[in-house]
Amino acid sequence: MIWLIGLGGALGAAARYLISDFIKNRYTALFPLGTWIVNLTGSFLLGLLAGLYLENGISDGLWLFWGAGFCGAFTTFSTFGHETVSLLQSGEVKTAGGYVAASIVTGIGAAAFGLWI
Amino acid sequence: MHVLLVMAGGFFGAIARYALGEWIVTSDFPLNMLVINLMGCFFLGWFLTFVSQRANIRPEVALLIGTGFTGSFTTFSTFSLETFQLFQEGLIVQGVLYIMASMIGGVLMACAGFKLAVAYSGEGRGGG
Repeated sequence: MIWLIGLGGALGAAARYLISDFIKNRYTALFPLGTWIVNLTGSFLLGLLAGLYLENGISDGLWLFWGAGFCGAFTTFSTFGHETVSLLQSGEVKTAGGYVAASIVTGIGAAAFGLWI
Repeated sequence: MHVLLVMAGGFFGAIARYALGEWIVTSDFPLNMLVINLMGCFFLGWFLTFVSQRANIRPEVALLIGTGFTGSFTTFSTFSLETFQLFQEGLIVQGVLYIMASMIGGVLMACAGFKLAVAYSGEGRGGG
């Protein structure tokens, strides 16, 4: 069982790395767009999975692999914290505030939307 | 090659998150995820600053431990879902408290990690 979470986590971390790297190479503005998109889509996906799981639509194994493993590792809080501090340290207070607010609002909204559909 | 390092870190990060999450007792408030996310913020703040100060540390180490392990250990999707579920159950105060503690705590912990790395930068050891 714990292997399922590990394998999902490996896949989620790889997807996060590849997507945020892809975005970083094309979009060079201050706003950490890569992490924001990853956290937004991962929150939506976890909401969707939780909806399916609560209605017994998916098995425990699938929930652990895709939910705790993939979505958990695909999204990240530590990079979010580090990026916010980096923005604050370079005096970009407005961008940092916008990043935090956008992450909270769209993250919770995306999870709610995923759970609802 | 690089993606394999991230995957190896992600494998253990996700397992560590799950194991620790089961370990910390929670009731109405998702204390386990808060503690995990704050620990990860502190560690990453320290680790990335520490790595940037040391020319002899290979960038692959940052991918394995930073992007892979710590990135996967902490999570945003569970935070989003748990906050919404608190609101859904009418636990508005807990929901707002969870958001505030995560955001303010996360920034403070990342900052504290950075400060720790800077404070010990003159010495041979990294502290922490």
